[in-house]
Amino acid sequence: MIDLVSIIKAAVLNGTPLLFGTSGEILTQKSGNMNLGVEGLMFMGGSFGLAGAYIYSNMAGNNAKGYMAIIIALACAFIAGVIGALIFSFLTVSLKANQNVTGLALTIFGTGVGQFVGEIMRIRIGGNVTIPNNLKNAFVEPVMPLFLRKIPVIGEVLFSYNIFVYLGIVMVVIMSYFLHKTRKGLNLRAVGESAATADAAGINVSLYRYLATCIGGGISAVGGMVYIMTISGCVWNYSALSGEGWIAVALVIFCFWKPLNALFGSILFGALLILYLKVPLAFLPTQIYKILPYVATIIVLIFVSMKQKKKNQPPQGLGVNYFREDR
Amino acid sequence: MDEKMPLIRIERRQDISKTSVWMIRIMAFVLALVIGSIIFMICDVSPIEAYKTIVIGAFGKATGIRQTVKIMVPLLGTALALAPCFKMKYWNIGAEGQITMGAVGAAFFAINFYDKMPRSILLITMGLSGMLFGALWSFIPSFFKAKYNTNETLFTLMLNYIAIGIVAWLQGGPWEGKQGSQIVPNFNKAAVLPKVWGLHCGWIIVILLVVFMYIYLNYTKHGYEIAVLGDSENTARYAGMDVFKVIVRTAMISGAISGLVGFMLASGQNQTIYADIAANNGFTAITVAWLSQLDPFAMVLISLLLAGLSKGSSSLKTAMGVPGSISNIITGIILLCLLGCEFFINYRLIIRKKEEHHD
Repeated sequence: MIDLVSIIKAAVLNGTPLLFGTSGEILTQKSGNMNLGVEGLMFMGGSFGLAGAYIYSNMAGNNAKGYMAIIIALACAFIAGVIGALIFSFLTVSLKANQNVTGLALTIFGTGVGQFVGEIMRIRIGGNVTIPNNLKNAFVEPVMPLFLRKIPVIGEVLFSYNIFVYLGIVMVVIMSYFLHKTRKGLNLRAVGESAATADAAGINVSLYRYLATCIGGGISAVGGMVYIMTISGCVWNYSALSGEGWIAVALVIFCFWKPLNALFGSILFGALLILYLKVPLAFLPTQIYKILPYVATIIVLIFVSMKQKKKNQPPQGLGVNYFREDR
Repeated sequence: MDEKMPLIRIERRQDISKTSVWMIRIMAFVLALVIGSIIFMICDVSPIEAYKTIVIGAFGKATGIRQTVKIMVPLLGTALALAPCFKMKYWNIGAEGQITMGAVGAAFFAINFYDKMPRSILLITMGLSGMLFGALWSFIPSFFKAKYNTNETLFTLMLNYIAIGIVAWLQGGPWEGKQGSQIVPNFNKAAVLPKVWGLHCGWIIVILLVVFMYIYLNYTKHGYEIAVLGDSENTARYAGMDVFKVIVRTAMISGAISGLVGFMLASGQNQTIYADIAANNGFTAITVAWLSQLDPFAMVLISLLLAGLSKGSSSLKTAMGVPGSISNIITGIILLCLLGCEFFINYRLIIRKKEEHHD
């Protein structure tokens, strides 16, 4: 008997880091910047988030509060991501370097920095860095009131999660509203579709690209922190985290560049990531099971390009740098 | 005159001498080393000592040089493979997967036919099979690119992880050695590339490839078609080129060379196959190809630099107890600085002067 409730719960928990990684990258790509450095940003976010929470717990000692640890981890991860994305936007927007190559260089750099911070903490402290149990619990314990969680089935499926799940949902709703219902969101999309047109309309192309890329990078980096602090149990885990960023990039396509779709997409991909544990199929080896997210993305990619439906297309100017005098 | 000129404006450079190009690059490289020394200071290591250890570790002794060249061979080979794609502005970032599939093609013959044919025939068959697998893996996205304009960057990226997944499955399934080991047993000696000067002979193949790629890009009809198509698809169509054919052919040639690298990695370097056999060469090679501006001879230099850094950092790890990941950080900084400096090669900054009046 397949336990559907436990599958859904696991899918949501595993999908949450992806939700942050993906929605950050959606914001970035909407501005026309294709930042392939998400993998590196998530590494930086994961290691700096952990380091922040660890330093806080050392400094505060017994007085350490769970919510403070969460806020500090969030802030550290976000700032790390913003710095990484700032490097990317400086190179691609101001210095007009090739976006694909810069993104890959950022991935090399970011995974190096993340692993370095993880390793140096281990060397300095002599053992795996982690935080006290009461702080650890703050990251994973359910936040919804007890009476909601007590509702049979619905309570389990909807209200049993840690704070990051709900934070992620709130974030994508705000992002979706911003992109599709506000003036600034419209401007941002215009920059991504055609920078020259946006420029002619008086929109500051560089500013929009910088801001979208940096905030998006910060959000992506938070995804790495969520992975380390919830799924990996507040311990730095290089091999587990690797690949998350690339799945997040895949998910951007899968979701047609729409934040609200990312909500469902990340749960689906979260399910694909853990399904081999929950529903082993005799005829399907686990390794083949694990490539399903990528196969699904390719199918969507082909389908989208064959259909040429206007609303599901990537931003027209994706990956193209803008230099006014080249028009 | 009411309209003010901005304080700093940029202008595309028309021509720039080779010396100033290299001066700018060397300055960027030095800047990267200076930024990198901050990282060493965080580790309580003197940067000068650290760089010295890296250089001596990479180029000091014959064994070190051999290791460096060993790291350099697949990197250079893959960068060469990517050159025609990038010249065509076809963003193939799937070399990682094409290498992996090439290794699969080679391993298939190494595992099943090692005792059924003479050694030289076996090795040639493995190489050709690797090339075929790599070419076919590259054919898939190029077909959809040429036919439906499917985004090749994202398509090839996804195919990397599928190829890696396939090898992970082979490793734990059909090709597994001891039950439960998840390891493909080492190839029979007959399926291992012979050594020349203490190093598998892949380096000779790569030297030949450098020359081949230089001629192919600069002095053949194919190379010309690639260059025209890269500049403007409409021009290519107007000139009567078969755009579909050129895209698919170029992508397949690129995939074939990546597949050949996969064959060298499986047969020469590792003598077996495993999921991570491409070891990020496919990704790092993209930066190598780009930084050398698709010039095969510049690729030799840049891949040597990155390989030396990688080898030197591992000596640094043993000598000074610095985390091994520092090599990635320094590589990243160097790449980012070199990418940034291209701006100063292509553009000129003009600072507004007081006496600049146009009226």
